[in-house]
Amino acid sequence: MNITDTKYNAALNNYNNKIASAATEDMVLNMGPQHPSTHGVLRLELITDGEIVKEVIPHIGYLHRCFEKHAESLTYQQTIPFTDRLDYLASMNNSHAFVMGVERMLGIDKDIPKRVEYIRVLVCELNRIASHLIAIGTYGIDIGAFTPFLWCFRDREHIMGMLEWASGSRMLYNYIWIGGLFYDLPVGFEERCREFVDYFKPKMDELNRLLTDNQVFINRTANIGVLPLDVAINYGCSGPMLRGSGLKWDLRRIDNYSVYPELEFDIPVGKGEMGSVGDCWDRYKVRVDEIDQSLRMIEQCLDRLQNELKRTTDFDPRAKLPRKTIPKAQDYYVRCEGAKGELGFYFMADGKSEIPTRVKARAPSFNNLSVLPEIAKGVMIADLIAIVGSIDFVLGEVDR
Amino acid sequence: MSLKEIKLLLTEKFGNEVIVGEETGGLQAALLITPDSIIEVCLELRNNPKTYFDFLSSLTGIDYGVEASRFGVVYHLASIPYRTQLTLKISKENDRDLNELPSFNSITSVYRTADWHEREAYDLTGIFFEGHPDLRRILLPDDWEGYPLRKDYQNAEYYKGIKID
Repeated sequence: MNITDTKYNAALNNYNNKIASAATEDMVLNMGPQHPSTHGVLRLELITDGEIVKEVIPHIGYLHRCFEKHAESLTYQQTIPFTDRLDYLASMNNSHAFVMGVERMLGIDKDIPKRVEYIRVLVCELNRIASHLIAIGTYGIDIGAFTPFLWCFRDREHIMGMLEWASGSRMLYNYIWIGGLFYDLPVGFEERCREFVDYFKPKMDELNRLLTDNQVFINRTANIGVLPLDVAINYGCSGPMLRGSGLKWDLRRIDNYSVYPELEFDIPVGKGEMGSVGDCWDRYKVRVDEIDQSLRMIEQCLDRLQNELKRTTDFDPRAKLPRKTIPKAQDYYVRCEGAKGELGFYFMADGKSEIPTRVKARAPSFNNLSVLPEIAKGVMIADLIAIVGSIDFVLGEVDR
Repeated sequence: MSLKEIKLLLTEKFGNEVIVGEETGGLQAALLITPDSIIEVCLELRNNPKTYFDFLSSLTGIDYGVEASRFGVVYHLASIPYRTQLTLKISKENDRDLNELPSFNSITSVYRTADWHEREAYDLTGIFFEGHPDLRRILLPDDWEGYPLRKDYQNAEYYKGIKID
């Protein structure tokens, strides 16, 4: 299987020539793949002139696990554990998106019991907090603040513990199923969760005093890596990345899926308080504010789950599980707000089997990372670390 | 704007032949576009103040199966000001010769996010995009042979002399 024609290799040859000729005048520097500040196995090839980054060429794919290929040979239900491994820091959000898409294709999305939907949103928001805590903690450590990292991991541990209690595993849950849940919440979960919220709120204030308003931190992040709104939209950025650039765009409000229309929450956006709109500090601040909003949502979910949707002995979260998961022949693209941004799944169902013809995952980190060469042009190498950290990508999702 | 109005807008601007058909069977309707006019259609949909599809959510390369011998690209557009979504599809026949890949026009000039998406489609389904600034493989190594998401893909036995289990 030799491709003799070079017309499909033109871009590769161009790239090889560029690196070869850059090496004579500038310095080509490899950042990663095994570098802690790249948050996983990302390799950035930098063409540098002294301390100035002239060009960034990201190389991804080191964590490619053939999600889409696997999905073509597994049933919808069997694919859920694979979706957990996309954005492994917010697994609940991934399976929620996937499950929602399949339920809509089956036409059972309106039959899901309210208690199940509230539990889904509750665990998703808990997971979103866990994901943002990692983003904040590792961002601090990227630019030299060690303590916030430990504090964030300490608090995240409580969430991990709770989700482990509910699902049986710490990170890759397989908890949200098509038509229901793996299990109801364990007895006492709601009370434990409320304790956590009360414990965690003052910790956020502490964290803000330590990191958010820290002058050293502000100097490192304000006015760095400014992402203008039009560039963000054109590059398909979403989530905190897009909101950091000042646009109120949150699919939980736009699409009003699940029980989000019944919950009250605000959408934090970047305002350029410390520098200009869309800089690293704004993106960081959006995540901090989103944690507060998630806590608000969790409290509202708990109110419902402890009152009108209280657990009953005959409640079965698996009651609506479809016997056969065979959607009608159609294509469907489902999108929802994951922890990193617009998380989408595109399904092609042939109407005959439980196995989809094609599944494509639209990963928010993939698109958010693709803007890096654009905003990192001409920055200092030290600032590049700050920009990479502020994007908050997960390589499991970039490479799929 | 409804799908009907979008169709009308496109046919008025580019003529009737620009829309080959539409799919309305499922939950989401899709417009089938002539492959050669995808750039103009996307540009018009993005710039027209009545539609304003400024966000490319997703771009998927598709192999429609061994019997069909058809390759296609599916575009999921979203409009931020109007909060609407639209699916566009283009497809072409191709006889699966690895020296003659199915080739479509690249829309990187309209949406920069298509850059990586098209590289991924090229990498995994073997669809070539004419006019793409840097169409290299993105997820797989540069020297990978074949395109794994094709329906007739055979798993390689060796990669650089290493046996694949």
